[in-house]
Amino acid sequence: MSIPTTRRGFLAGGTGLLLAVTLPVGRGRAQMTVAGPFAPNAFVRIGTDDLVTVMIKHLEMGQGPYTGLATLVAEELDADWSQMRAEGAPADDRLYANLAFGAQGTGGSTAIANSFMQMRKAGAAARAMLVAAAAEEWGVPASEITVKAGVVAHEASGRSSGFGALSTAAARQPVPEDPPVKAPADFVLIGTDRPKLDSASKSTGTAQFTMDVYRDGMLTVVVAHPPRFGATLARVDDSAALAVKGVEMVRTVPSGVAVYATNTYAAMKGRDALILEWDDSKAETRSSTQMFAAFAEAAAQGGETVEEEGDLSAIDGAARVLTAEYRFPYLAHAPMEPLDAVIETKGGKAELWFGSQFPSFDKPTIAGALGIAPEDVTINVLMAGGSFGRRAQGSAHLAAEAGAIAKAAGRDGAFKLVWTREDDVKGGYYRPMTVHRLRAGLDADGAIVAWENVVANQSIMAGTPMEAMLKGGPDNSSFEGSTGLPYRLGARRIGWARMESPVSVLWWRSVGHTHTAYAVETFLDEVLEAAGKDPVQGRLDLLPPEAARERAAIAEAARMADWQGPRRDGKGYGIAYAKSFGTYVAEVVEVEDRGGTPRVTRVWCAVDCGIAVNPNVIRAQMEGGIGYALSAARHSRITLAPGGTVEQSNFHDYPMLRIAEMPAVEVSIIRSAADPTGVGEPGVPPLAPAMANAWRALNGARQYQLPFGGAIS
Amino acid sequence: MTRLRVNGRDHDLDVDPETPLLWVLRDELRLTGTKFGCGIAQCGACTVMLDGMPRRSCVTPIGMIEGSEVTTIEGMEGPEVAAVQAAWTAIDVPQCGWCQSGQVMSATALLQQIPQPSDEDIDNAMAGNICRCATYVRIRQAIHDAARTLEG
Repeated sequence: MSIPTTRRGFLAGGTGLLLAVTLPVGRGRAQMTVAGPFAPNAFVRIGTDDLVTVMIKHLEMGQGPYTGLATLVAEELDADWSQMRAEGAPADDRLYANLAFGAQGTGGSTAIANSFMQMRKAGAAARAMLVAAAAEEWGVPASEITVKAGVVAHEASGRSSGFGALSTAAARQPVPEDPPVKAPADFVLIGTDRPKLDSASKSTGTAQFTMDVYRDGMLTVVVAHPPRFGATLARVDDSAALAVKGVEMVRTVPSGVAVYATNTYAAMKGRDALILEWDDSKAETRSSTQMFAAFAEAAAQGGETVEEEGDLSAIDGAARVLTAEYRFPYLAHAPMEPLDAVIETKGGKAELWFGSQFPSFDKPTIAGALGIAPEDVTINVLMAGGSFGRRAQGSAHLAAEAGAIAKAAGRDGAFKLVWTREDDVKGGYYRPMTVHRLRAGLDADGAIVAWENVVANQSIMAGTPMEAMLKGGPDNSSFEGSTGLPYRLGARRIGWARMESPVSVLWWRSVGHTHTAYAVETFLDEVLEAAGKDPVQGRLDLLPPEAARERAAIAEAARMADWQGPRRDGKGYGIAYAKSFGTYVAEVVEVEDRGGTPRVTRVWCAVDCGIAVNPNVIRAQMEGGIGYALSAARHSRITLAPGGTVEQSNFHDYPMLRIAEMPAVEVSIIRSAADPTGVGEPGVPPLAPAMANAWRALNGARQYQLPFGGAIS
Repeated sequence: MTRLRVNGRDHDLDVDPETPLLWVLRDELRLTGTKFGCGIAQCGACTVMLDGMPRRSCVTPIGMIEGSEVTTIEGMEGPEVAAVQAAWTAIDVPQCGWCQSGQVMSATALLQQIPQPSDEDIDNAMAGNICRCATYVRIRQAIHDAARTLEG
């Protein structure tokens, strides 16, 4: 995705409206600073105490925007890192839109990419105003003033000041419309490591998340959802629930039956006591096995063509044709903090505290549920205990449920909506289950002359407010990564068969690439092996010279791993490459055989994400992405039993990677002068295919379905 | 009434004695550093010290622990927890942060028992704590770093 950062974009997101912005105050913030007199724009607050607070327009869910966006401001402000603070920006489209979306939201690994120029301009504007204020106070030319590590100085007169002492005077200066920013050669902070702003509070239990918010008189609410997707409530008997000590009321809401109690345990106990009957007439009642059979049949029929190059009939004349079918299950994201939201209604207005990932969708949805105007809804965006896509809801279903419980209460008050782990695991919004069908034709010399990949799965965006963005076309997020491949594959056809089911689906860390990279990169290995080629050299040979960044990533990962072929010393080695969200990643995986099951022992990861703003955060995201991908490849599947109920419920039957299974990870960040791209997701896609390729090398088995070691059909 | 001793203070609570300690800490005492992750002792986000030993508060009814000493992350003191938290911050272990209170509690308990743990000791002591951000590489490193600090 290319993200133009225009001056118009900057102004639309910033300066024109800046001075009208009041300092947001709210409870539950990680860091509160002295309310400073100097707020040059919507992003920067400088207090008399010298602290610089950056309003972060992207949800902090572990991927690092508090530190990343603050770095961009600090760089151009020439602040000292120790004076920087971060706070979540409230929901406000006019000020805090993601310039890649045109609306406030976090996703697609865009936080740094879309903010790169905007945040630097915000910092540069503040710096220019501080300098102008100093020039006026000291009676010296602004051009002779320097700023370094939070100190404004005039060498000739020997005068100097911190930001705080100048802040009142700076606030009276005109806001520069288009302040100059540094040349990359002059960067002091960008490209170097520094402590993350949220590490200390998250190591001491003091960081404030949604579930930690308590309001006066607040009731905790849990909702009984239907056990089958698409089912609706037929009948409820709440007499036993209401008899539970602490349960205050039970209400029917569009998503199910809500139990309100004075504490969380009573709410859960009350819900357990509900007697519920559901109408399954529109529910999904197929099992996963039945659905896979239907998806596989659709894939075999070819789907609609979403990419085509050359004449695929070349495959008919091929000396050799390989075919394979891959199956991927539904996956729950399972962020450690389950979904939650706090809503307080008072006199026709609503205030919320939660980890809203798409405030632009959440705000009007809450207003709609309550029957009030969007401007009467305030959302304080808090840090979230993980998301991996789960909180980025086109449907805004959590916001809708929060609004619904407040409305159904029938009175003003404060309510905390809590999903349990069972609600999370059984609650849908899964990574779509998917079938891939691939065919490749080789000529007599082993060269690839034709390549076909048909993907069968549900659309993520159709049926949500985001459907309009598809403009009637196919949903790219369903098959991204199977199209636009850099390799020379001869004639090529990519097909997509759109499947329908009431099971709700959503983007799951790296979205379509979670399955496309696996199918493409393991099938490519199979084809290269049939042609008698090495996995690394074979890939390099398929890449044209202009694919320099792809080649460099693959070569770097191979260099790091001291690649000598797919097997040595009783261990298997596999490589996979994927570009996602503008970032190029290659990973080499080392696998050992532990009693017939694969154990990933080491991973070497080469990443090219353009200018590396915070190398430490980039390394952390690659490590985390690798662990997240390995957890799914090793353990994860959501399956429907005959009848359509979800067979998993919590971490005992939907297990997660634990510390003993985590491999050693080495990350190499490729030097680049290109504009920065995202890192939250791109570490994920190459891991599972590289692991499968290594496992094939070690024990001969090819893995055509995930997770490893599990039959899912 | 159930009498509970938490972080050195006694609390008399009119709460169902079946109520898990986790929800009493959070909903009644507003000690929110202890987190809810699963409710079935599978993830370790709710780990507290009960008479000095790590315990999953989500499956510990308060009626069963009268007379015991509960310590949450807010009440932790001593060289081990200080070393762990310093190491955690120094190499930026946390990503989303939700599980990290529990990780810090388990790591502290480990260092109290085994001052110089091996990788296998770490695997065993930390096996009950899930991190979905998979910060495990840094958790391991930080525990070794903290052990070195304590060694002095």
